[in-house]
Order: sequence, then C-alpha cells, then structure tokens
Amino acid sequence: MSLRFLGNSLKINHVYIKSSGTVCGPLEHQGPLGACFDKSIQDYHYGEKSFEKAERKMLRDALDICLKREHLKYKDIDLYLGSDLMNQITTVHYLARELPRPFIGVYGACSGFALSMATAALFIEAGFMEKVVTMVSSHNATAERQYRYPVEYGAQKRETTTFTATGAVSTLLSSQPQPVRVEALTLGRVIDYSQNDVNDMGRAMAPAAFDTLMNHFQDLKRSFHDYDLVVTGDLSMYGHQILKEMLLRHKVDVVHYNDCGCMLYDLSSQEVFQGGSGCACSALVTMGSLYPQLREKKMKRILVVATGALLSPMMTSQKESIPCVAHAISLEAVE
Amino acid sequence: MNYIMAFLFSGLICLIAQLIYDHSHFTPGHITSMFVVLGSFLDLFHIYDHLIEIFHAGALIPITSFGHSLMHGAMAATKEYGIFGIAMGMFDLTAAGITAAILFGFLVAILFKPRS
Amino acid sequence: MDRKEYDQLADELKPAGHKIKNAFYAFLYGGVIGIIAQGVLEFFMNFYDISQEEATPMMIITLVLASCLLTGLGIYDKLAQRAGAGTFIPITGFANSMTSSALDCKSEGLVMGIGSNMFKLGGTVITYGIVSSALLGVIRYVITLFG
Repeated sequence: MSLRFLGNSLKINHVYIKSSGTVCGPLEHQGPLGACFDKSIQDYHYGEKSFEKAERKMLRDALDICLKREHLKYKDIDLYLGSDLMNQITTVHYLARELPRPFIGVYGACSGFALSMATAALFIEAGFMEKVVTMVSSHNATAERQYRYPVEYGAQKRETTTFTATGAVSTLLSSQPQPVRVEALTLGRVIDYSQNDVNDMGRAMAPAAFDTLMNHFQDLKRSFHDYDLVVTGDLSMYGHQILKEMLLRHKVDVVHYNDCGCMLYDLSSQEVFQGGSGCACSALVTMGSLYPQLREKKMKRILVVATGALLSPMMTSQKESIPCVAHAISLEAVE
Repeated sequence: MNYIMAFLFSGLICLIAQLIYDHSHFTPGHITSMFVVLGSFLDLFHIYDHLIEIFHAGALIPITSFGHSLMHGAMAATKEYGIFGIAMGMFDLTAAGITAAILFGFLVAILFKPRS
Repeated sequence: MDRKEYDQLADELKPAGHKIKNAFYAFLYGGVIGIIAQGVLEFFMNFYDISQEEATPMMIITLVLASCLLTGLGIYDKLAQRAGAGTFIPITGFANSMTSSALDCKSEGLVMGIGSNMFKLGGTVITYGIVSSALLGVIRYVITLFG
C-alpha cells in the first residue's frame, strides 16, 4: 500500500535544484532560446571520431559545467542518474565509467529528463541521499542512425516528422534549500493508442501526455490555473494541437500551455518539420530557459510533462504499435 | 528531342513513385523494390526495350531499368546455356552499375566523413 | 476517449502535406536526372563512336560516381528532401543508399562497419530484382521450351 503517493502523484517537500549545466547543438543555438544555454557546439562531430563519442563529450561538458558552478568534484555527489536515447543507454553508461560514485541508468526515451529528475527527487525526499545529479542527452545524428536512416541517405522526411534535438543537460538536485524546488511529481503509465507511424511521434505520444496530465490534476486537485506555465516535452506542433483538442473535449480549461519542441526552434524559419524531440528537447527548454525564470521569480510554478515514445525499430518492423509514456514534474520558486 | 523524351519519361516514373510515397506508409526501400520487380516484368514481350528505343536515357536511368537489365541478361544467356543461363547471365548487363556503386561507395566511405 | 475517436480527432488536425508540390519536384528532379543521363550517354556515344547499348554502362558508371560524390559531400540528402522520389527512383538513389550506409557505419570499422552494412538499404533492390527475374525467367524459359 502506498503511504504518501496520491494516485500516481507525490508532493515533494525537501528537494531543491542547486545547479545545472546545459550544452546545445548548432541548430538549438540559432533558435529563439540560443542565448539561454551555457555552451553550444558548432559541429556535430565535436572533434570526435563518431557521433556517439561526440554526444558523450557533450554530456561530460554539461556535467562539468553543472558541478563547477558549485565547486564540487565528481566524488562529492551521492548518486548519478542518467538517460539518453541510444540502445543500452550508451552515452550515459559509457560516461559513468569515469564517475567514482554509484550510477543508475533509466530509460524513458524522450521522457528521460522528467523520469530521471523524478527518480532523483524520490531518493532525496526519502532522505537516502543529499546530492543527486541527473544527466540526459540526445544527438540528432546518433538518433537518426539508430531509429531512422543513415544521416546521408536521401529519404524525404514526412511532414509529421520531428527533429531530434542535439544537447546535453546535467542537473544537481539537493536537500539543501535553494531558490527553486521540485514541488510535485506524477509518474506516467505506459499508454498505447495503436499508433504505428514512426514518422509521427506527436500523434503517438499525445494520449500518454493527456493521461499523465489528467492524473496529475486529479491526484493533486489542480488545474492549468495553478501553473504559470505547463509544457509538454516533445509533442511537436501537431501533437500539441491534438492534446489541446483532447483536453478541450474533456472540458479542461487550457491556459499557459506550450510545447518544448515548439519553443526550442523557430518553426517558421528553421527546417525542423513539426518541431524538436529527444531527451534534450524538454531538458534544454526547462533548465536553460524556464529554470532561470523561476529563480528570478518571473514565474511562480511550472509543470513539465516530458513525453516519450518507447518504440524499438525491431518491434515496429514486426508491425507492433508504439507504446508511449509521460512523466510530470512540477517546479516552484521558493518564497 | 531525345532530351525532352528523356526528361518526360524519367520525370513521369519519379512522379508515380512520389504519388505512391505520399499516399501510403511505404518507405523508399519498398517503392524501389516494387519498381525493380515491375522492370523485370516489363522485359516480357520486349516492352522495356521499346521504351528504351523511344525514351533513351529516360528509360535507362530509373531503377526499373535495373530489373529489366537483370531479366534481359538472364534470358539472353538461356539461349546458350538453357536453364543455367538464368543464373549465369543475371548480372551480365548490370555488373557495371553494381560494381561502380560498391567501388565508389567504398572509396567515398573511406575518404569522407558523415555530415548531418 | 477511445481509439477510434482519437484517430478521428488526430486525422482532422493532421498538417496538410505538400502533395502537389512534392509531385511537381519529383517530376522535375527525376526529369533533370534523365536529361543529364541523356547528355552523358550521347557524349560517350560520340566520343567512342559506339552504339547506345554499349554506352549505357559508361553512362551509369558516371552517374553512380556523381551520386556517390554528392553523398560524400553531404549534398544528396539535401536535394532528396525536396526531390523525394525524384532522387530515390533513378539509379543514383541506389548509389546513394549504398554510399550513405557505408559512410554511416564507417565508425564501426572496415569489416563490421563499411563491409557488412553497405547493402543495408540497397540490398533489397538487388534481392527482389534477382528473385523476381529468376522466377519470371524460369516461367518464360519453360514456355519457350513448349512454345
């Protein structure tokens, strides 16, 4: 029996965001939030021999920036959590070799950011740990290679396609009071609405985001009005319109709602189709742009619903539909 | 005149393929496979040979021509070697294209690195 | 909301594709590749004073080389985003599929990378070309025996 969980949600009292590090790719740097990120890389290779190694180097940079801000060393952290899009969550696992403290890899596809933050918050809230670092990354070329086609292959992308964001984000959560805290979280159920189209992630994931949002509001007796901003992870232009329509049909008043995939890029001038996707998409927007706004008290409370399509290209070829999940975390500026 | 014919036929085949691509969930792999099978079928009664006579390079450049060439080479060899000719002559006409693709593909892979 | 209702809702909101524009560009690019092929073909026919049949492999080799280079330079996939079938249906698309697969797996080494992945996408064309030609060939051969 659950002692403190309300349905799928939990109110958190003692988890604070202490520091963060954000590294973005070239297109994200040119986008409307380009100036928000700590560092940007201009070349997808980033001086490495393969895209996978470049992604890892990017993540290491994000981790170093995050820890340096608080003058911490790798060994000062109690636990590391990490998530990325690759098979065997390659990027974080291979980076974790360099870490002298325990590591837990979590996989939630593009929802990895919220999932790792929620898991870290649980460890701290329970009083087991004091400082926990979460790391997430995604890289356009590594994701293309694994989930779609070789990067140089001439296949025309469909109009519903999303563009995997390139970036890495590291966040330090701590039990010591800070200006911004994790205030609540809702863990998602895996939802499958029999969607088969791998070129249309927004449509596949919208029901999962809907389910998590409704659970969150119901469990905590809240609505959109309790937040200054509600963002979904990477539903893209099309997916976020579907979600809006679903909510309206369920008589939910939708205000202050946006999607990270639409915020990270300028959809009218950048060639990203329906918008951004990937672990880094929600992480970059949240930690790069929204977190500083909370710290400066420009906003009071936000909800991040990171969505993930848990597909495997092998199962897609076997004609299976796409299971999807969404996890939500609520961040609040401390009085 | 040859140029206009080549333009029209090659463009038309691509147009048909694009319409299939846009109105289905088929990948380029599915569609090219279909067109190759279609090409080898059209060798029947020398249909494709007539197309080449009329449209020249326009009929030689789409992937349908690859299926036709496989079939044509195989059938030509059956005249000399019987049923074994199908396997013996299969690559007679397409050898150049496949060899070039493998060789240049390999060299490019060695010399260049993937961009994005 | 059940699945049927959801599909209806999602279909309503689906972004309008550019089907007419796509079809136009596929026709245009496919046609232009046809013109280039014709030019190369006539060049070889005049240069070596040979028949069209003899010049065909030379033309194909030239276009394959051009396609491989454009793939290596990172241009072919950008053309393809606009051209669609206009660039994957001509033989240059086959060369692009081989080169891009090889290039992409370069980081996994010469054998496990380039060697074993080159036919990852292009292999299907060869497989079905041969299977269909062999099947149809056997049928046609048997008919000629009795015919």
